[in-house]
Amino acid sequence: MNEENQVYYIDSDVLPPEALAKKHKLEQDPSCRSNHMEYMEGMEVIQSDIKDKVLKAMDEFDYSLYTASDVQRALSKDTCSIEDFKALLSPAAAPFIEQMARKAEEITKNHFGNTVYIFTPIYIANYCQNYCIYCGFNCYNNIRRKKMNFEEIEHEMQIISRTGMEEILILTGESRTYSDVEYIGEAVKIAKKYFRNIGVEIYPVNVEEYKYLHECGVDYVTVFQETYNPAKYETLHLLGHKRIWPYRFDSQERALMGGMRGVAFSALLGLDDFRKDALATALHVYYINRKYPHAEVSLSCPRLRPIVNNDKINPNDVGEKELCQILCAYRIFLPFAGITVSSRESVEFRNGITKICATKVSAGVSTGIGDHEEKYEGKQDADAGDEQFEINDNRSFDAMYHDMENGGLQPVLNDYIYV
Amino acid sequence: MEDKLILGGKEFNSRFILGSGKYNINLIKAAVEQGGAEIITLALRRANTQESENILDYIPKGVTLLPNTSGARNAEEAVRIARLSRAMGCGDFVKIEIMRDAKYLFPDNQETIKATEILAKEGFVVLPYMNPDLNVARDLQSAGASAVMPLAAPIGSNKGLATKEMIQILIDEIDLPVIVDAGIGKPSQACEAMEMGAAAIMANTAIATAGNVPEMAEAFKLAIQAGRKAYLTGMGRVLARGGSASDPLTGFLR
Repeated sequence: MNEENQVYYIDSDVLPPEALAKKHKLEQDPSCRSNHMEYMEGMEVIQSDIKDKVLKAMDEFDYSLYTASDVQRALSKDTCSIEDFKALLSPAAAPFIEQMARKAEEITKNHFGNTVYIFTPIYIANYCQNYCIYCGFNCYNNIRRKKMNFEEIEHEMQIISRTGMEEILILTGESRTYSDVEYIGEAVKIAKKYFRNIGVEIYPVNVEEYKYLHECGVDYVTVFQETYNPAKYETLHLLGHKRIWPYRFDSQERALMGGMRGVAFSALLGLDDFRKDALATALHVYYINRKYPHAEVSLSCPRLRPIVNNDKINPNDVGEKELCQILCAYRIFLPFAGITVSSRESVEFRNGITKICATKVSAGVSTGIGDHEEKYEGKQDADAGDEQFEINDNRSFDAMYHDMENGGLQPVLNDYIYV
Repeated sequence: MEDKLILGGKEFNSRFILGSGKYNINLIKAAVEQGGAEIITLALRRANTQESENILDYIPKGVTLLPNTSGARNAEEAVRIARLSRAMGCGDFVKIEIMRDAKYLFPDNQETIKATEILAKEGFVVLPYMNPDLNVARDLQSAGASAVMPLAAPIGSNKGLATKEMIQILIDEIDLPVIVDAGIGKPSQACEAMEMGAAAIMANTAIATAGNVPEMAEAFKLAIQAGRKAYLTGMGRVLARGGSASDPLTGFLR
């Protein structure tokens, strides 16, 4: 019995008995699950030592050892070493949150001025072949599934672009069968007509496929590792290609090898020990920067949120104070990295954190499929697909733009040329 | 005596080149006016927008635009961005910025030389951002650059003249105007660079992160003017340490 993960398990009453039996077996009997460290057929293996470095550092990280004087030393230095960063992530740094925020603010201003970028995500399909127990799109969750056709995608994009938005992030559920790479590529070509800057957050693919997507117009690839702890990862991602931890880990490198300009990283905070996951995320970025110094890198910091059919899911021990501490530590350790704060967080938190260290926020967000017209213009669409998770900050593009401006920040919609 | 800065055959009275990124675009006009700037830089990728609030609309008439190629990772991309800039009506001036380093944003000198050569042949007034290196500066001159723009310290660092000795060598040896760009954090540092003989100062972060953007632009203007005047006047000798003995050592000679 897996007590720790019990909160995530939800049985739908429409599942056939065989499917339900398989689901229960996956949940309760680890021996029936595949080896999550072994690549599946078709998954490209690249040579990289970054995984080992990150795992080793995470393994060795004992945050209980750091003291107030370690934190003070870290804050007094011009460049933040890995050891300093560990001190800033430790519980010993909690009383120094204001000093950390001041330092982070100064670094952010020097690197980014007072700019804040605004973008929006568009989910084009929510079919998924994975069973990730905390995710609303998981294959056993009884939700309304939808894959938009190209006319629908174009229509949604027109509606979004009418708001003035110029950067878009295209997302899908993780299903190669329903949303193959060509389908995503065509969606990107449509997006190119309406937006200046296109990113994707899709299932991990091989170098050649990233290259193809780049040629279609994508320049940024986001892949969240969810948790960097392989043992915990195994208990959360029970079925499907997402189960393969190392293939996911190497996604950013494959994307850069495929010619992408930038890559984004994150752990989903609350799944496992958040301090260790934060360390691993930042080191993943750090080592990628050392190996690919030209690449633009950014970090996100999502926390767990309730999903359709399960309102009990929550970010556990990661409160707003902890999140703020992590983000300040990220900024001090990685002054040049973009930091994105999603609509999972509250209006107050996002307004505050953009003044300290966040450089990008989403606005006008829907994590459902094909419901922008409904959300933006009030037209009902009975056919829309369900959402991946509940958002918290549902500000429109206009509201976000003005709130950022009123906070003394300069909203930027595009700072980018596809060349 | 008239003291003009001449770039690509165009004369400027001001030796202060103002950046436009990193602060609210509605402050640009006031900063230009109080700073007396006649040249303003602009990242073309920022102007590449359908936004109703296009940064281009905020730049006062009569100010020379200096579009930069930031975002370019090699010569080819810089050339494409420069051509796009000209096609968008941003004029013939271009500041080449080629970075393949996302952390320090250091310019790639080799690629910058290549791009300078191509763009100068196409009639651009090319101002390359560079790491101060004498051989590279000479190559940029041969490639047709209208000035060189060595960095004082990493962009955004506000660390001042970290590369002072190297910049002094460029000023002494290169016939082109030497415009000190990046890393200047305070008016006093701008003044010092001008005293050394720099032709102009480019600053962005120091002004963008100040409490009052237009006031700081003015402070830079005054510092640059003071440094220029000191340079033209010919400064007195400054001893490294101690005083000078009043009794000459060679007093015994008859």
